Amino acid sequence: MDFELSDEQNMLKDSVERFVKDNYSPESRAKLADTELGFSKDHWKKMAELGWLGLPFSEDVGGFGGTAVETAIMMENMGSGLVLEPFLSTVIMGGGLIAEAGSKSQIEAIIPEVIEGNMMLAFAYAEPQSRFDLNDVETSAAKSGDGYVLNGHKSVVYHATTADKIIVSARTSGGSRDEAGISLFIVDNNASGLTRRDYRTIDGQRAADIKLDNVKVGTDALLGDEGGAYPVIKNVTDRTIAALCAEAVGAMRTANNITNEYIKERKQFGTPIGKFQVLQHRMVDMYMEAEQSKSMSDMLAMKLELDDEDERRKAVAAAKAQIGQAAKFIGEQSIQLHGGMGMTDEYSIGHYFKRLTTIEMLFGNTDYHFKQYAALAS
Amino acid sequence: MDLSFSKEDLAFRDEVREFLATSLPADVKDRCDRGLHPTKEGQIRWQKILNEKGWMAPNWPKEYGGTGWTITQKYIASHEFGHAAAPIALPFGVSMVGPVIYTFGNQEQKDKYLPRILNSDDWWCQGYSEPGSGSDLASLQTRAVRDGDHYVVNGQKIWTSFAQHADMIFCLVRTDSSAKQQEGISFLLIDMKTPGITVKPIIGLDKEHSLNEVFFDDVRVPVENRIGEENKGWTYAKFLLGNERTGIARVARSKRQVERLREIAGLERSGGKPLAEDQDFMNKLTRIEVDLMAVEYTELRYLSMIANGKALTAEPSLLKIKGTEIQQRLTSLLVESLGMYGAPYEAERAYEGRNEAPVGPDYAHGPMAEHLYLRAATIYGGSNEIQRNIVSKMVLGL
Repeated sequence: MDFELSDEQNMLKDSVERFVKDNYSPESRAKLADTELGFSKDHWKKMAELGWLGLPFSEDVGGFGGTAVETAIMMENMGSGLVLEPFLSTVIMGGGLIAEAGSKSQIEAIIPEVIEGNMMLAFAYAEPQSRFDLNDVETSAAKSGDGYVLNGHKSVVYHATTADKIIVSARTSGGSRDEAGISLFIVDNNASGLTRRDYRTIDGQRAADIKLDNVKVGTDALLGDEGGAYPVIKNVTDRTIAALCAEAVGAMRTANNITNEYIKERKQFGTPIGKFQVLQHRMVDMYMEAEQSKSMSDMLAMKLELDDEDERRKAVAAAKAQIGQAAKFIGEQSIQLHGGMGMTDEYSIGHYFKRLTTIEMLFGNTDYHFKQYAALAS
Repeated sequence: MDLSFSKEDLAFRDEVREFLATSLPADVKDRCDRGLHPTKEGQIRWQKILNEKGWMAPNWPKEYGGTGWTITQKYIASHEFGHAAAPIALPFGVSMVGPVIYTFGNQEQKDKYLPRILNSDDWWCQGYSEPGSGSDLASLQTRAVRDGDHYVVNGQKIWTSFAQHADMIFCLVRTDSSAKQQEGISFLLIDMKTPGITVKPIIGLDKEHSLNEVFFDDVRVPVENRIGEENKGWTYAKFLLGNERTGIARVARSKRQVERLREIAGLERSGGKPLAEDQDFMNKLTRIEVDLMAVEYTELRYLSMIANGKALTAEPSLLKIKGTEIQQRLTSLLVESLGMYGAPYEAERAYEGRNEAPVGPDYAHGPMAEHLYLRAATIYGGSNEIQRNIVSKMVLGL
């Protein structure tokens, strides 16, 4: 048993830390979040040059062959700076789906482009009625001639606006909540019949609702087996959740550091407020939540590589539930300990609170994952 | 002890319901129900309707324009307002400075300001907090130096809600720097149009502009605008804070939030079934509802004590703590109820000039804005940590 990083992993960590230090001061991040794009193409290029966009892909397609542990190292340190580039959407989700289910020609056409930083991806899985259930798919894909016709509504698709290709889950057979009968399609963002409603999210990122109105795609757009996408989606979602958990750990640690510094500096009644026992204990509780989250995140990254599916799924549910609770507690208490300062857009702590709030809800909130765990444990 | 409503009470309830059904403007109701900040125009329009009905100031003595309602009637009115999503009058004029004026002001001040508060002719804001004086309010630094018939005010206030709309500000200022902190403070009423006042917006977590910094640079304030005695302002300030802490529980609004959550839970889906059938979610809602009932009956019990001439010490702090914690749990659960549609969020001004409604189901517009804004509820009006200190010291003698 060993929770320590290897030399190579330490180098990756140092390199991400340096990137965040150089590019993500609170002021730079606020400016970037407020641009039309919401992130920086220069940063993206830099990430490609550093090899990060190839991190989880196998070496035979030009990747780094990294495991979930390397992804976690990367995400944890990006979480510290609330990095805005769509690494999760493009590399972990989009790239993950292609690498897991794609044909040789699909992989060869897309993955190297992703690694080079030339292509961005998004994954459209949620629907207005689905809440967090990945099997609840009403969007339909009907066979027609030598392809499929897609119809439906996909909701809150992170980074859809800037994606070149959007991977859409759609039903080719079965009832609206069946696990069987779900397929994945690679759809061009500018496909005829696809309309996007772009918007900002509270965490400073970009998302869109997507309407598919008789969108025609060829058979070459089908990703993986027809009707057999559910296990693929589950696997990639598990890896995405692990990445999000790691991001949350970084964000929580930094939120705690910022808050800790603030209560040492802020004076009321002639003394730093950090000298008040009630705030000391609160800060200790926040620290303990972050520590346990780090343990759960590391545990999850390591267990993701296990073959035992039940064991893996339990780790996913437990980590997301615990980290969701911690994220909510630390986010809210960071604001509380800052008082009025915490309520401003200008000061950085609120942005940590808001990203932690969305991480708690993305891919299933705390309640959802407690339910998942209970079902797996019984 | 008696909880029942008399025949007169029931008739009064019908009157309130009838009034709200016919007089509450639909746009004002919609914003209030969603938890969005009122518009200046809408709020004033509604308050003028209230004043015409004679219902602007339920807590004022009748001689100054109060309603003369019994505590039962006040409870009924508040409950009906909450249920109908009718905004309560903004607190700064009618709940904060008004009672200070009729309790400690002179006749001239009463005649001048009270009718204008009732008719919403003046929009008031609160000049208490300063950058270095939040929880430790008595350490405030804004100075007022006597110069003939005027005070010359210099300094800065912060977190001033809706100062951008305000005609008047009531301010705590230091008039004696040599005295003990609490003994050198005076309470001034200042016209916001006076030269030397600058209002600078603070954009909040919710990306909206409701908070401000207010700067005073050689602002000349007539001495006649001082409430009560010089250097006795702390007494009036504490009186005001005591009043603030009762209304701050906002029980009726929270009851309406529980109703909204039940409505949304009937429409949202979880696990392929209505969210209203999700036991985990409904348990959370139920716990909040029962906790809210405990606050409601505690507030009523305290009001009954006051009506029977018994003095309270720091009990209102309990209402502030429990009431605001519940407000936050409710908005948090409202956001949770939306699933992924909790994430889309833009400031309202982003929609100006756009021909599209906010994304997601209609009821998704509002909860996140209110959730973000109400993080302040456990901070403002004396943080909940300070309130606990007060209870510990004043009630428990610790």
